[in-house]
Amino acid sequence: MTDVAHQHGPRRIVSEVQVLRRRRRERIFVIFGLASTLIGLLVLLALLGNLVIDGVARLDWNFLTNFPSRRAAQAGILSAWVGSLLVILVTACIGAPLGVGAGIYLEEYSARNWLTNIIEVNVANLAAVPSIVYGLLALGLFVYGFGTGRSIFTAGLTLALLILPIVIVATREAIRSVPQTIREAALAIGATKGQVTKDHVLPAALPGVLTGVIIGLSRALGETAPLITIGALTFIAFLPAPPITSEFPFVSFEWLFDGFTVLPIQAFNWISRPGRDFHANAAAAGLVLLIMTLALNSIAIVLRYRLRKRLQW
Amino acid sequence: MPGAIDVSSVLRSGAEVGPVSMRPKIVTRDVNVFYGEKRALNDVSIDIPERAVTAFIGPSGCGKSTFLRCINRMNDTIPTARITGRIEIDGENIYAKDVDVVPLRARIGMVFQKPNPFAKSAYENVAYGPRIHGLARTRAELDEIVESSLRKAGLWDEVKDRLQQPGTSLSGGQQQRLCIARAVAVSPEVILMDEPCSALDPIATARIEELIDELRQNYTIVIVTHSMQQAARVSQRTAFFHLGNLVEQGPTEEIFTTPSDPRTQNYITGRIG
Ligand SMILES: Nc1ncnc2c1ncn2[C@@H]1O[C@H](COP(=O)(O)OP(=O)(O)OP(=O)(O)O)[C@@H](O)[C@H]1O
Ligand SMILES: [Mg+2]
Repeated sequence: MTDVAHQHGPRRIVSEVQVLRRRRRERIFVIFGLASTLIGLLVLLALLGNLVIDGVARLDWNFLTNFPSRRAAQAGILSAWVGSLLVILVTACIGAPLGVGAGIYLEEYSARNWLTNIIEVNVANLAAVPSIVYGLLALGLFVYGFGTGRSIFTAGLTLALLILPIVIVATREAIRSVPQTIREAALAIGATKGQVTKDHVLPAALPGVLTGVIIGLSRALGETAPLITIGALTFIAFLPAPPITSEFPFVSFEWLFDGFTVLPIQAFNWISRPGRDFHANAAAAGLVLLIMTLALNSIAIVLRYRLRKRLQW
Repeated sequence: MPGAIDVSSVLRSGAEVGPVSMRPKIVTRDVNVFYGEKRALNDVSIDIPERAVTAFIGPSGCGKSTFLRCINRMNDTIPTARITGRIEIDGENIYAKDVDVVPLRARIGMVFQKPNPFAKSAYENVAYGPRIHGLARTRAELDEIVESSLRKAGLWDEVKDRLQQPGTSLSGGQQQRLCIARAVAVSPEVILMDEPCSALDPIATARIEELIDELRQNYTIVIVTHSMQQAARVSQRTAFFHLGNLVEQGPTEEIFTTPSDPRTQNYITGRIG
């Protein structure tokens, strides 16, 4: 008995010292983590504050409903925010189904072979391709190749390609996190693979998929370079054709092929001009862009929360 | 015998259990399963009688689940798994080229170790199978199937007032009975159960065992279990697996009282496993 106590006594003291040291290291790490979080947050706040101070005075109804103008005080962002909205709409309509479809295919259907591996590596690489390269590709392929023009459609298509890897990766991750037991449960009562995917896997993965799509869209919303490359306008004093018409069939897709500008381009255009007034306009446009992005992200958060609550294992 | 597990108290004599039909529902011959290069089952041949409970017992990793999952071709979903040999249900080779696994799996229900209800309402959990197989033409018919399935699973009285609540909000034992109802709802002929009680407390376990005893009137049941008592209580026939081999099979009473193989003897008395 006493022998055992002798053997264990000293060892326990050593381990207590170790625990103490580990605790201290842990505390240092926590402080470091907190500090870096705070720094990031502060910088963001400073940027935001700067933007607000410079731009908030210009933010009024007229700013939202006026076309750009040579006179800073009368210039507005109507064509820019409508352009941004429409381009994002097209991006979502093309990018989401393509990305989600590819994600489902890769995760649920594709055989594990060299071809799949190549596709996987390429998807990962695509995410790292600079956005200007997408612009160059789109200029050559869509504008000159397919003749889609310097239009909203081309812009949406280009940004859809840009967000594709983001959507694919998010979709795959969301699908992978659906427990295998759910798939087996459905297969075991004679569901087909398609039914399992449609009725069980996708609903369960939806929060993650939507988050991916929306993160992709907020990225697209801020893109400038590829759109300048494909020839977005910088000064535009008209709106695209209306989507609803008074004549049968009452909807029109003419707007798809109209010229456009987007908020970041408008902001860039103003900031590159001399004069404080235009800089204030740029800040205000930046604020609107930021608000749109935050709105998108809040939608994502609400959706995710709502859907998560419905889905629990 | 030190460490022996006494099952004699729960064993039921042949007279008590009633006659066991010996018409084989499932016949397997020389079934081998490989996971990649690794062989998990060696030449398993067994006849499983209809309308009776057959228990698979054996130490962990001996291939019970693997064999069970061959019977509804669930192993098809594992890319590395390869199976050779024959498995016939009612004389029909289920691994024949022209067999469609989808209707096959509807005929052979499965209940898993961990209750795995869908993230849908209790009602939808049961209704899903009949719906995808078009078993009900009207809402009323579907309601009827759901109710009768839940009754068969002994769950109706507990959930009839909260059919629209998520199946996942039920207790573990209720979830497992919900899974049984889900399996029963598509009118299978066979129900495979892989350690259906291992995540449940003794009371919930007793409910499920009662249920299995009732279900045996209409279904062929195969149950994998680690509990010797459970095998003795619910099954009429028992098969003992060891290291991928089917060592011994026969009437449960015989396996537990007069096993012929020393490995079976050792296992049921608690010396290996
Ligand atoms: N998906 C798989 N891939 C590779 N090997 C597997 C796979 N599933 C099972 N095995 C192997 O096959 C053998 C049999 O496994 P199985 O799950 O059938 O055993 P079991 O008898 O059900 O065990 P337990 O009682 O622990 O559930 C084990 O050696 C296991 O490691
Ligand atoms: Mg098992």
